[in-house]
Amino acid sequence: MNKVYKNAAEALEGVNSDMTFMLGGFGLCGIPENAISELVRRGIKGLTCISNNAGVDDFGLGLLLQKRQIKKMISSYVGENDEFERQMLSGELEVDLIPQGSLAERCRAGGAGIPAFFTPAGYGTEVSEGKEMRYFNGKPHILETALTADFAFVKAWKGDKYGNLIYKGTARNFNPVMAMAGKITVAEVEELVEPGVLDPYFIHTPGVFVQRIFQGTNYEKRIEQRTVRPKKDAK
Amino acid sequence: MLNKNQIAQRIAQELRDGWYVNLGIGIPTLVANYVPDDINVEFQSENGILGMGPFPYEGEEDADMINAGKQTVTLKPGASVFDSSTSFAMIRGQHIQLTVLGAMEVSQDGDIANWKIPGKMVKGMGGAMDLVASAENIIVAMMHTNRSGASKLLKACTLPITGVKCVSKVVTNLAVLEIKDGAFHLLERAPGVSVEEIKGSTEGALIVGGEIPEMQL
Repeated sequence: MNKVYKNAAEALEGVNSDMTFMLGGFGLCGIPENAISELVRRGIKGLTCISNNAGVDDFGLGLLLQKRQIKKMISSYVGENDEFERQMLSGELEVDLIPQGSLAERCRAGGAGIPAFFTPAGYGTEVSEGKEMRYFNGKPHILETALTADFAFVKAWKGDKYGNLIYKGTARNFNPVMAMAGKITVAEVEELVEPGVLDPYFIHTPGVFVQRIFQGTNYEKRIEQRTVRPKKDAK
Repeated sequence: MLNKNQIAQRIAQELRDGWYVNLGIGIPTLVANYVPDDINVEFQSENGILGMGPFPYEGEEDADMINAGKQTVTLKPGASVFDSSTSFAMIRGQHIQLTVLGAMEVSQDGDIANWKIPGKMVKGMGGAMDLVASAENIIVAMMHTNRSGASKLLKACTLPITGVKCVSKVVTNLAVLEIKDGAFHLLERAPGVSVEEIKGSTEGALIVGGEIPEMQL
C-alpha cells in the first residue's frame, strides 16, 4: 500500500484533453496549486472543470482559463475573474452555474453511490428548468444528479502514504467531497508523513478515497481579501 | 433615513440568544458588529465555519482561514470547521435559525432576486439558493430603491429569482416590513421618514395598519 508519487508531474500521469476534473478549494483557499500548474504545463485542452469557483485572472483556475484549456466550468460562483466573464459572455466557455450546496452534495453523492437526490434549492428558479419536481412534506423539491470525475485534485495540510488526509482551517471546503467523487483522486499535501503519524481519530478523508498522493511544493496560498483589525485594538 | 450600518444595527435587534446565524455579503456582514452584549449568537459561514470571529489582527491573517466572502477571519473559542457538504446540511436541514442577505429585488409574495442580471452580471448564486430554499427565517437587508430611484419592493420580481415565497422580513433605509399574505406590512419607519414617503417608494402592495412607530436604534 504505497500511493506516493514523487511530484505533480508523475502523479498526474494519465490526464488527457477532454477529460472531466474536480478541483477542491473555495476561492483561492485550499486549491490544488501544484496540480493546476501541472495541468497548465501539459497544455491539455477541452477540459470540463468542476470547482466551486474559477480562480482569479492570474491564479488558480484562472491560469487554465488564460490558456483556453477549459471548455466547460461547473461552479456556483465565478465573480472575481474578468477573463472568465469575457469567455462566458462571448460563448467560448460553457458554464453551468449550480447552487453551492447542491454542488457539494452532488459530489458527495457521486462518491457515495447515490445517483441522484431531491433538494429544495433552486426550485422555481432557472436552476429547476428541465428537472424532475416532486413534493415531500408539502414542499417542492427538484431532482439533482450525482457528479463524478476522471480525476479529482485535492489539497490537504497533512497526509500519509496510505492517503489519509487532514485539512487545515477552511481550506477543507470542497476537498473531502471531491476526494470521494474522483475515479482517480490525486491529493497534494504540505506535509507527507509515514502511516501511524497522523492520529486516526482526526482523519478528515480516509485513505480509501485517495489513489495518489504527493508532497506539494512552493505553496503561494494567496489571500483574495486581506481584512484585518489594527493591532492597537488589542487588549 | 438609515445608512448601511444603521440597517445592520436594526437587524441585530432581531437576534436571539442561542441562535446560529448566516450573514450574507455586504450590509448583512455588518450585523455582526451590533450583537447585543447580553446574548450569544454563533455565526455560520457557508464555506465551513461555525463560530466565526472578527477579522484577525494585522500580521496574523491566515490564508487557510477565510469566510464565504473570501475575507480573512478568525475563530471564536468553541468554533468548529467542516466541509462544504456538512455546511449545507446545516443550512438545508434547517439547523440555522436566521439568514440575513442582500437583494436586488423582493416581491410582495416573498420572492427574492439577487444573483443575476441577464447579459450584465453573471457571477453565480453561490450559496444563496440553498439558503433561501430552506431557511425558515430570512431577513433581507437592502436599500428601498435602486440607484435610479425605482422601488426594489415589487409586485413581482423582474430579474431571475433566487427563491420563491421565502423572505419573511425586509429592513431598508426607510422601513421595517414583514411579508405575509401577499403584501408588505409596514412595521416601523426609519427616523424622520414618513409613511407617505415609504408608500411612494414601494411598488408592491403595502399594508399600513394604524400608527406606525419610529425605529429605536
